[in-house]
Amino acid sequence: MVIFILRRLLQACFVMIIISLISFAIQDKLGDPVQQMVGMTVSQQERDQLRNELGLNDSFLSQYWRFAQGAIQGDLGTSYYYKEPALDVILDKLPATLELAFSAIFIIIIVAIPCGVWAAIKPKHPVSRLIMVVSSIGLSIPIFIVAILLVYVFSIELNLAPSFGRGETTNIFGVWESGFFTKDGLRHLLLPSMALAIALMPIFIRLIRAEMMEVLQSEYIRFAWSKGLSAPRIYFKHALKNTMLPVITVGGIQAGTLVAYTILTETIFQWPGMGFLFMDAVNRVDTPLVSAYLIVVGGIFVVTNTLVDLIYGLVNPTVRLASHGL
Amino acid sequence: MKYPKKDLIQPMSGSRWQHIWSGFVGDKLAVMALIIFAFYCIVALLAPLVAPYDVKDPAFMDLMNAEIAPMWISGDPRFLFGTDAQGRDLLSVILYGTRLSLTIGLCAVLIQATLGICIGLAAGYLGGRIDNFLMRCADIQLSFSNMMVAIVFLAIFQSLFGVAMYQQLAMVMLILVIGLTEWPLFARTIRASVLAERQKEYVDAARVMGLSSKRIMFRHILPNTLSPVLVIFTVQIANAIVAEAALSFLGLGMPATEPSLGSLISAGFAYMFAGSWWICVLPSMTLIILILVMNLLGDWLRDHLNPRTYKD
Repeated sequence: MVIFILRRLLQACFVMIIISLISFAIQDKLGDPVQQMVGMTVSQQERDQLRNELGLNDSFLSQYWRFAQGAIQGDLGTSYYYKEPALDVILDKLPATLELAFSAIFIIIIVAIPCGVWAAIKPKHPVSRLIMVVSSIGLSIPIFIVAILLVYVFSIELNLAPSFGRGETTNIFGVWESGFFTKDGLRHLLLPSMALAIALMPIFIRLIRAEMMEVLQSEYIRFAWSKGLSAPRIYFKHALKNTMLPVITVGGIQAGTLVAYTILTETIFQWPGMGFLFMDAVNRVDTPLVSAYLIVVGGIFVVTNTLVDLIYGLVNPTVRLASHGL
Repeated sequence: MKYPKKDLIQPMSGSRWQHIWSGFVGDKLAVMALIIFAFYCIVALLAPLVAPYDVKDPAFMDLMNAEIAPMWISGDPRFLFGTDAQGRDLLSVILYGTRLSLTIGLCAVLIQATLGICIGLAAGYLGGRIDNFLMRCADIQLSFSNMMVAIVFLAIFQSLFGVAMYQQLAMVMLILVIGLTEWPLFARTIRASVLAERQKEYVDAARVMGLSSKRIMFRHILPNTLSPVLVIFTVQIANAIVAEAALSFLGLGMPATEPSLGSLISAGFAYMFAGSWWICVLPSMTLIILILVMNLLGDWLRDHLNPRTYKD
């Protein structure tokens, strides 16, 4: 077990180093900091001196070392556009993105689990056929088209919910701008989180159904039936528990997709979160912000992935074997 | 030596494919999917001949014709699907866009498959440290979704080259980025079947004959591991097309002057609020039907070739 944890942590560190190398390379290769700092009248000689002082003539590795030291202490450079530390700008937008992601995950959980379970328990029932057909079609509709349709139907035609922005937010704990506590904020949250949830839902419905059907075939479920346990008890207490294991791993894998999808959703709904900020930074060639985004999101991503793997390793011992590739 | 081998193998493989084909004809949904997919391919191939207008003609863009509704609404017989904001005939633009999307999808998946097959073969056949290392890389690559990696890298390239320069390179960049990010799926599938094939006697026989590992891998093992690849191939093309569309939608893909389906939808989105829904909806429908059909074909292939694919 210790070896498993160590190996997983080593892998996480390795990935973080690659991410930081990439984001350092962006910051290093794009634009000349000296030109950003001094005016037109400064002579070449003074510029060279400044270059030396800033350490821009050092080798790539020693520059990277300095960058990494700064990054560990939370210094990721200063955004060109906002004139503020890049990390602060990003952390400012973090609540918006997290709230969006969590509401989407919440919707997925409360819709996908009942649908998947129902489709597994009664595979021939018309409702489960409908669920399967809809989720097959849903799998083929890209997220941005889902979002566009939602905007068209609910915002333009029916005028039920606003299609852009975050609406009114309240400040809790002094740092967290939350849209959960006002009616306006919740209305703004509705469409983006629904778009995100609908785009990710079909994968989970299909997965839960497939896993549940497999579990229902197994011996211990037949034993539970023969003991005369009630149907809800068997389905929800015995079968669903074992179904959720693989679902959690796939959920971990989908974390990357979720990041990509939040970028798309936030762009469409102009949701003031990190993804929207990232696309803005790309368009403005605000390199410190781009590289800071990579490090922050990469960090969150690596931590969640490692945690999911570790939890999975705790619950399911076979994963810990060396041959877990397949 | 050659005769009995031919006698033994030829009829068997023939009847297997015949069996699959007869099963296919019996399935109405699959046949319909294949027909629609074939229609897409033919139309995409013949786009220059089929399209009512020549997109390269400078007179093609005419602001006088901007935002005309489709024929069944406006009654204008010149433009079957209406026109977009620049006065381009939507049907011609969609035809060329489909052609571009399919080309990018196919090329990207060819890169994925080549890379994945080579890595999977090497990992499965050589085993040991190499296998461990390659599969670790695959794990890491797989945990980052390809969409996320593609968005990040294309964004970096775009700020690196500048927008004007980037737009000229867009197609190559899209193919490369989508192609290089999704190899693990192929590699894992191939590796799994190589591990099974490696135990068989014909591989031992080939090794005893003193053939090189390269020859055994590519000439003996590879042909026996190809049917699972076929399944992933169709689904992956669909995924690549979706990825391309999403990237173009974000403005990181094909430019508006040379639009793929994604950039058409992106351009149309702005006019959605102004009431010109067809600029956005018609390309979207084209894209959805294409992806749906390819997924249906992939599902059907998966059920009937029944490979031990990596569970996704």
